Amino acid sequence: MANDRFELNKNLAQMLKGGVIMDVTTPEQAKIAEEAGACAVMALERIPADIRAAGGVSRMSDPKMIKGIQNAVSIPVMAKCRIGHIAEAQILQAIEIDYIDESEVLSPADDVYHINKNKFDVPFVCGAKDLGEALRRIAEGAAMIRTKGEPGTGDVVQAVRHMRIMQSEIRKVVTMTEDELFEAAKTLRVPYELVKFVHENGNLPVVNFAAGGVATPADGALMMQLGAEGVFVGSGIFKSGNPAKRARAIVQAVTNFENPKILAELSEDLGEAMVGINEQEIALLMAERGK
Amino acid sequence: MLRNPLRGVLNMKLGIFALQGAFLEHRLAFEKLGVRTVEIRRRAHFTDGLDGIVLPGGESTVQGKLLREEGLLYPVKEAIESGLPVFGTCAGLILLADRLSNDGNVYFGVLRATVKRNAYGRQLGSFRTDLTVRGVGEFPAVFIRAPYIEETGAEVLASVGGKAVAVRQDKILATAFHPELTDDLRVHSYFCDIVRGKV
Repeated sequence: MANDRFELNKNLAQMLKGGVIMDVTTPEQAKIAEEAGACAVMALERIPADIRAAGGVSRMSDPKMIKGIQNAVSIPVMAKCRIGHIAEAQILQAIEIDYIDESEVLSPADDVYHINKNKFDVPFVCGAKDLGEALRRIAEGAAMIRTKGEPGTGDVVQAVRHMRIMQSEIRKVVTMTEDELFEAAKTLRVPYELVKFVHENGNLPVVNFAAGGVATPADGALMMQLGAEGVFVGSGIFKSGNPAKRARAIVQAVTNFENPKILAELSEDLGEAMVGINEQEIALLMAERGK
Repeated sequence: MLRNPLRGVLNMKLGIFALQGAFLEHRLAFEKLGVRTVEIRRRAHFTDGLDGIVLPGGESTVQGKLLREEGLLYPVKEAIESGLPVFGTCAGLILLADRLSNDGNVYFGVLRATVKRNAYGRQLGSFRTDLTVRGVGEFPAVFIRAPYIEETGAEVLASVGGKAVAVRQDKILATAFHPELTDDLRVHSYFCDIVRGKV
């Protein structure tokens, strides 16, 4: 049964592929996102750019606010809990959330342990900067992986870096001889079976999305070309001049990521993009939380 | 069409709608059966020479919206009504139905069926069960935030708890579950038989 649950949870992520998951803070935003073609929404009180600006400890959102969003849309609803915060995750499961993001965007509750996600029935998505992190999260029960990017910045450079590292490490594992896999498991600090899976299949055992800093249709297309199977957009939409139009454009860009002509049309006249912060200007690197 | 026991179904070409969702899983399943597949993302990809089309699982709201924006709804509906075989799973079933009981949208509207979206609730309601599919046999069925069929004028091939979850109407095959998520290719193979007019 437990194994069945993990398969079903992996399967839900498969259904999200080729889609865009959008951060929303109100039922109204959730509806805009759904109408624009979001394949799921992430319900949170403050989008990452505002969390970054506000500073202080950031926590799981108010369940009442999340329920409001669940009632507003028919697509899957995700919500974030703090890294290692078992009780927050239990609360989100109790309100029947479709996916929990154990997220570095919130303040970590545990600086050593992640949640043992195998103990839950609802699925988890976790961030990863490289193959080792991804496989460690999967061993803990994550049914979906995303890059960590640098949330709330509108700067895609870290998401690109994480995706590049991940893909390059996957390729390396694929070319290894069988004896080398044991050593790889040791250096990556992950179970041998997971390394073996990557070696045999050339991909992670779960779906892998891009997240962090995606702000334009071109950013979405870039991440898809680098091997992402779908895209999370956080602050990029509702921090921009025309959220509905930008959201629609990013959705179409993710479907047509290999078609520059269409991408050119989609990039026209979208209004103000979020201002963003360059990587070098950031005081707090959220991606460094939880390895 | 000829069937080569080693190479599968020769000369059959299926168009897999690749707007969003688990289209790759369908491609791989059909390719294992020796069927050629092409991805359809744009109006221009929907060409003559397709022996059938496949509507994959995913989010029906997203796929429906992209189909509409791309001007694909009408030409595809017309082609299905003229006899183009179509296989829809989960979101695909929703796109094919002529009525949704809990949603005002109708997309292709070619299948005589009233479908309830997210009929088993949220992800905690997703499940796997073995069921008997007429024409296929015992089958491991995976339901992910799945719909079911409340009423239908089509032939019911399988049911769960009194609700139809697989139906056939002429050359339209639709399931609420995801055969593409299992290694069992018999439902895909059954659709190939429909395309070839064998069943």
